[in-house]
Order: sequence, then C-alpha cells, then structure tokens
Amino acid sequence: MLDNHAKLVKVIASSAGIVGRKKLQKIIYIMKKLGYPFEEKYTFHFYGPYSEELTLRMEELTNLGFVSEVKEQKSNYYQYRYQVTEQGEDFLTHSPVDIPEVEDVVNQLKEKSSRFLELVATMLYFDDLTKEEVEAKVQEVKKKSNYTQDDMQEAWHYIHRLKQ
Amino acid sequence: MAYKDEKLHEEKVFKDPVHRYVHVRDRVIWDLIGTKEFQRLRRIKQLGTSNLTFHGAEHSRFNHSLGVYEIVRRILINFADRPNWNKEERLLCLCAALLHDLGHGPFSHSFEKVFKLDHEDFTKAIILGDTEVNEVLLRVGKDFPQKVADVINKTYKDKLVVSLISSQIDADRMDYLQRDAYFTGVSYGHFDMERILRVMRPYEDQVVVKESGMHAVEDYIMSRYQMYWQVYFHPVTRSAEVILTKILHRVKALYDEGYTFKMEPAHFISFFEEDVSLSDYIRLDEAVVYYYFQMWAEEDDSVLRDLAYRFINRKLFKYVEFNPNLQMKEWMELYRLFQQVGLDPDYYLVVDSSSDLPYDFYRPGEEEERLPIHLLMPNRELRELSRQSEIVEAISGKKRTDHKLYYPRDTILQLSDDRLEKKRIFELLYQSE
Repeated sequence: MLDNHAKLVKVIASSAGIVGRKKLQKIIYIMKKLGYPFEEKYTFHFYGPYSEELTLRMEELTNLGFVSEVKEQKSNYYQYRYQVTEQGEDFLTHSPVDIPEVEDVVNQLKEKSSRFLELVATMLYFDDLTKEEVEAKVQEVKKKSNYTQDDMQEAWHYIHRLKQ
Repeated sequence: MAYKDEKLHEEKVFKDPVHRYVHVRDRVIWDLIGTKEFQRLRRIKQLGTSNLTFHGAEHSRFNHSLGVYEIVRRILINFADRPNWNKEERLLCLCAALLHDLGHGPFSHSFEKVFKLDHEDFTKAIILGDTEVNEVLLRVGKDFPQKVADVINKTYKDKLVVSLISSQIDADRMDYLQRDAYFTGVSYGHFDMERILRVMRPYEDQVVVKESGMHAVEDYIMSRYQMYWQVYFHPVTRSAEVILTKILHRVKALYDEGYTFKMEPAHFISFFEEDVSLSDYIRLDEAVVYYYFQMWAEEDDSVLRDLAYRFINRKLFKYVEFNPNLQMKEWMELYRLFQQVGLDPDYYLVVDSSSDLPYDFYRPGEEEERLPIHLLMPNRELRELSRQSEIVEAISGKKRTDHKLYYPRDTILQLSDDRLEKKRIFELLYQSE
C-alpha cells in the first residue's frame, strides 16, 4: 500500500530532511534517471523536468502527517523544508519498499544548489542527444539561466561520477 | 505558393458544441486532420472511464484536439500585431495545438502506469516517425516536424509559443474544462473564455493576463478546482479506473506466468513484453480493448473473469474514506481477512490516492519551481495571481488530497453469514466510514 509514497519518505528520511521544493523535484528526477524505481511522471517545464504527481504526493504526505513541511521566509521569496515525522518513521516500518540504498546519493545531491541540480536534470532530460546537442539544447531552453561552459563541464563530471 | 502558406479555396468549418464553429483555412491543418493517426483520436475517449459516472462523457480526443486548435487560432488573431509576437510562429502553434494529444492511447493513464509507457513519447514518435502526420509536416519544411515535437514537449526555444499550448492558463485546459463540463452535464467548468482571450498578452517569453481580466481568470481557477473534485476525481470514476488497472495487472501477470488464454491476446503481447512499436501502439484503440475485455470476461482465471465482467457491466467496487496514517493496523487486518476468505487483496483491496490521477489544480508553489499565472499591472509590472486575488489565495491554501479504500462489497455480502471474517471485515470498513 502506498509504495510510491513510502519511497519518497525513505528519501527524505535518509537525508535528515530536504530544503526546497525545486531541489526535491530535481533530486527525485535525477535518481529516477539513475535507475531508482520512482514512478512519478515528469514533463519538461519552464524550470526543467517537473512532476505534478510528485507535488501532489508530497502534499498527501504532509496532510497525512508523515512528512512535515515548514515554510521559511527568505529575503524576497519563501521555501519549504521537508522532514519525516515520527508517524512517517512508523509508516516506513510497515511499508517495506523495494528500493536500493539511497542514503549516499541523496546526501550527495542535496549538498548541491538547486540551480546546479536544475542543470544536471535538464542535461539528463536530453540524454538521447549527443553531448554537443545537449549543450546546445541547454543554452536554447535555459537562456535566462546563463549557464556557462564551465557549469556544463562541471555537470558532465558530476553526472559521470553519479553513474559510477 | 509554398505549401505552408497554402489556403483552402473556401474555409472549412466543424460544428462544435463548445466553440460553435472550428474554422480551418490552412491547407496544412486540413491535411493533418485527414491523416489516419489524427482520425484515430475519434476512437479514444477524452475522459476514459468517466462515462460510467457521467453517461454523457463520451466525447473523444478528436473533439478536444480540434477545440484546442480553435482556441489557439483565436488567441493568435488577438496576438497578430502585438509586440513580442513573431507572426512566423503561427502555423507552428496551430499544428502543435492540433497534435498535442496525438499519442494518447485508450485509457492511457492506466496503460501508462501498468505497462510503463508515456503517451508523450508516442506523440513525439508519431510526429517524427514514418506516419502520415510526419509526411504532411515534412512538406512544410525539413525541420518542421522536430519543431512541432519540441513545442509539444515544451523544449522549444521560444517559451512564448510553448506557453500557449502548455501553461497554467493554456488552450488545452481552457478547452477541456469547458468541453468536459458540457459533456458530463455538470454546471461547473464554465468561465468567460472570450474575456480571457481578449486580455491575454505576449510578454517577453510568456503569456500573461491584463490585470483588468483578473476576475475572469479567478472564474477559470474556480472552475478548475470544482471540475477536479466533482468530475475528474469522482469516486465512482476512480472505482472504474481501479478495476481497469487491476485487469491490466492481472492479464500481464497471467501472461508472465505462461497462462494459456482462450484467445491469444495478440494486440497486447508487445505491451506485456514492454516492447511496444509505434504500429502496435497506433492499432490499439478502445474498440480493440473492449473486445478483449469481452473475451476475458469468459476466461478460466476467476480473477480476470470477474474484473473484466465488472468493468463491462459496471459492477464497480464500493469505497470508504481511508486514512493510511490512522488506519494502518486496520488495513493490515483487512489484508489478512481478505486472504482468509479467498479474495486476493492485491486485486480486491485497493487504496487509491488523489495523486493517482493525472489532473491538477492551481498552486503557486515556491520561486522557480514552476511558472505561475502572471497578471500584467497597469504600470507594466508582473504580479503572481494568488498575491493579487484573494479568491485564488483562499483556495490555494486548502487541503486537497484524499485516499479511498476500494473493495467488492457485493462479493463479501455473498459470503455466508456464519463466517466470522465477514462480520469483522464490515466492522473494519464501517469503522473507516
């Protein structure tokens, strides 16, 4: 029951919380592209791959009390901090999820900025193209983000390391 | 004259119950409508299983696709001479609007979940593959099919073009809300589209709405909210969807274990093997699916037979409200009890969540998570809708999720009254209610 929900709770639990909806969106997408069995459907949005299903599932988890969502005010915007509650921990003990160990990769990803994760997720979205085509496509669809050649180089190295 | 500029000698019109008329003057659009891949959409219902709840909801993806095209056509008349708008993109927008749902299959949501498919991949494959649609698009230009696919996939360089077809207030949503309201017969879903179209403006790389049109947009947001709960998320429709999904799971499980079907499910084999070619996909429409369901209702496997019979004859599962947090222990006990009375709980005891359906409602979200609706203020500043509208702000903060537990009440009622499990199952279910 609620296997897909349980996988998300496990990701958040393994990292002692995740800050930012956008960051969470990109972490799950990148993990999905790495072969982790997430079933949330993603499409390309203004800010890269985005899953409406994931948004709603997180809302369900917070309404059920398995995950707490704290809205934090920043200088000119706000962001959300997700953490697993005691009830969420209890839910996990009753919901054995079929997912490989996630702790290392989640902790690696959450250390990165959401801007960088957006770049990595976007590059992975176009993984059916050649390296040159991916870079051209990123410049085309993320014009406003002003990603430099160095950013992309770093992202390629990062993707390479993640896949090892 | 270049094919892309060719006009029909006389304008063609389709009578339409929502927009009154759908107008076609471009040769390219007329030719696309005539392709077999587009005509196939006549055989795919827009609302899947909703017709089991709202008997009028028999309209097709074909109707909707024409409607989206018509809305975009009207928006572009308004945009024609405005700054920020590139007139050269007109035909691209119209083609993308018309073809945006081309890859939908029968009951695509359930099929996608069970067989790990994505209708958007098939939309792209039909546009770029060896198809009649591709043949028409290629006549416009060598790179034109790819451009149309990019717009639909939302990866086209000009975001303004993309946002006409796909954004929080796009032609797709504006058509389906009105069309679904019309065909289901509900009185929600109506809003002043003409007004919205008049106040839409191209602004840098997005479509925005003049502040003076805010109330029309509020109405649109309210209609989205109401249609979500009253139509798309109707618990009876969800019951049909649950059974449909379980039929597909069952038939795949049987195939995987080597079960011998009375009639070979030829149209489904590539789906079971998760190796679906474009031609396999295109030939599967609702008529074919219903034919197999009729066959499966006579199979030897009792679970498949029962589920297929239920779907065809609308013998749906009943439901109770369910809170997975507060009722975890009850659910585990029900799971055991169902096993004891010979009902496989993996098929007959199903928790369905709001996130299991592909419909959404408007939420602003945090910065840069997704693009919200922007109002264009008189001083040319942009303001996010929920910051300006108290109505939108009010419904944006509401709890909008739920979980229901579906089960075959009729089968359980048929158990002998002497069985203690029967009494206990109903105690647990009614307790949930």
